[in-house]
Amino acid sequence: MKYLCLLYADESMWATMTPEDASQMVAEYGALTADLKRSGHYVGGAQLQASTSATTVRVRGGKTLNTDGPFIETKEQLAGYYLVEASDLNEALSIAARIPASRGGAIEVRPLVEAPVPANA
Amino acid sequence: MTDATTRTRDLIDALYRSDSRRVLATLVRLLGDIDAAEEALHDAFVCAMEQWPRDGVPDNPRAWLVSAGRFRAIDQLRRRAVLDRSRSAMELEASSLAELRPVDDDAEEIDDRLRLIFTCCHPALSVDAQVALTLRTIAGLTTEEIASAFLVPAPTLAQRIVRAKSKIRDARIPYEIPERDALPDRLDSVLSVLYLVFNEGYSATHGEAVVRADLCAEAIRLTRLVGELLPDPEVDGLLALMLLHDSRRHARTDDAGEALLLREQDRTRWDRALIAEGVRLTERAISSRRVGAFTLQAAIAAVHAEAESADATDWHQIVGLYDVLLRVQPSPVVRLNRAVAIGLARDAGTALALIDDLLGEGELASYAPAHAARGYLLEQLDRTAEAAEAYGVARDLAVQGPQKRHLDRRADALRGGPS
Repeated sequence: MKYLCLLYADESMWATMTPEDASQMVAEYGALTADLKRSGHYVGGAQLQASTSATTVRVRGGKTLNTDGPFIETKEQLAGYYLVEASDLNEALSIAARIPASRGGAIEVRPLVEAPVPANA
Repeated sequence: MTDATTRTRDLIDALYRSDSRRVLATLVRLLGDIDAAEEALHDAFVCAMEQWPRDGVPDNPRAWLVSAGRFRAIDQLRRRAVLDRSRSAMELEASSLAELRPVDDDAEEIDDRLRLIFTCCHPALSVDAQVALTLRTIAGLTTEEIASAFLVPAPTLAQRIVRAKSKIRDARIPYEIPERDALPDRLDSVLSVLYLVFNEGYSATHGEAVVRADLCAEAIRLTRLVGELLPDPEVDGLLALMLLHDSRRHARTDDAGEALLLREQDRTRWDRALIAEGVRLTERAISSRRVGAFTLQAAIAAVHAEAESADATDWHQIVGLYDVLLRVQPSPVVRLNRAVAIGLARDAGTALALIDDLLGEGELASYAPAHAARGYLLEQLDRTAEAAEAYGVARDLAVQGPQKRHLDRRADALRGGPS
């Protein structure tokens, strides 16, 4: 079963970090990604650019309305994601607890809807 | 109806009360779904009612019920799978057929009951949902019974249970006993749910009744069950704590149903058998040398239980136990209780200063017992007007009818009003 781990963190953190801390953080993510690939849990993942780069799109009555900024303004912003394959929620939760952003920030773990098999498959 | 038929039906009724939760626990594993298992359990008992009076009672009734439930469920799944060939139905069928294991295996049955407990108390569910699901699925209370015990409308409670079951299914919360490294945390979470159920029965946070005994009894029964299935010092500690509190049940209110404080209670009305068991369990838990928060609270309750009168209470020992508890569980409420114990062991002035510090930090500002304790200490220091004021604050914050009236009486007595 696939689970999407959404990483929420305070973006201002990067600005206040020393270069050493920042490169250590990058290394930690690199090591985790490599581990997850080796163990077969990794499906996908990425770091997102800052929420100031976000644009929110709404279509209302056929008209497209684009607005600057993320859908929800909060102190902790969506900063990245891992898409993982896990046998059950317990396994997904223990993977989430290994993501550096779980310390200080938070990881939201969401199971994906499994695509139904078509009747004639 | 013949006598034999009546006897068989009585036996089935008794079996439902004693064993239906065990059968359910195994059916959940075999069918991979709580709803399907509940339906299968119901079908199995319907079958028993039809067949046993005619064919006789099987040698192993529980195994028979599991087989009957499983057979009916698979039959249902096959029919549904033919109607809509959805993958989940097919998968469920495949997995339930693949996992058929002997059901008269005692160890496996114990594991099933633990799996059900750990699933219902999974920390990925809200605490409200854990409590509701535990009482519904493990204790077998009806939705209406749980709703009335917690004073929520039955549809709200039903919705809570439906959502919890959906999350177990959709997020795939596994039906398993946690791995060794996760076990202590997960057991804590089970014990907190059971303590919450007990407290809801014992302190009844809302309304007029001081104790809802049925919830206390359920919590004690379930804690005993967890202790049998998974022996652990903290389970002993929690069970001891519940028994020691419960021993005072008949002494906690006066003839008019009004709440009495520990020092006002008639100790001859305490249940000595419950105290003896509680003390024995506390001692066993302490001797394990892995002493947790429930065991320490039980030890404190045991000191009270063994004191012949309020004045004979060994307050120094209680302060010592609170010192340890504060290290294990550094919460404001523990600090408050420790302060009160210091007031009784040493002097009211020191205790009052500690409580004023606590209230100054703000966390307990709207906690009625903190203000009631303050009132009591001020009363000891002959600061009567301030004491009456503190009781007034506590009264306005109290949520329980009997508590409110008790605090009114204390404030009135100080003001020289009606007592």
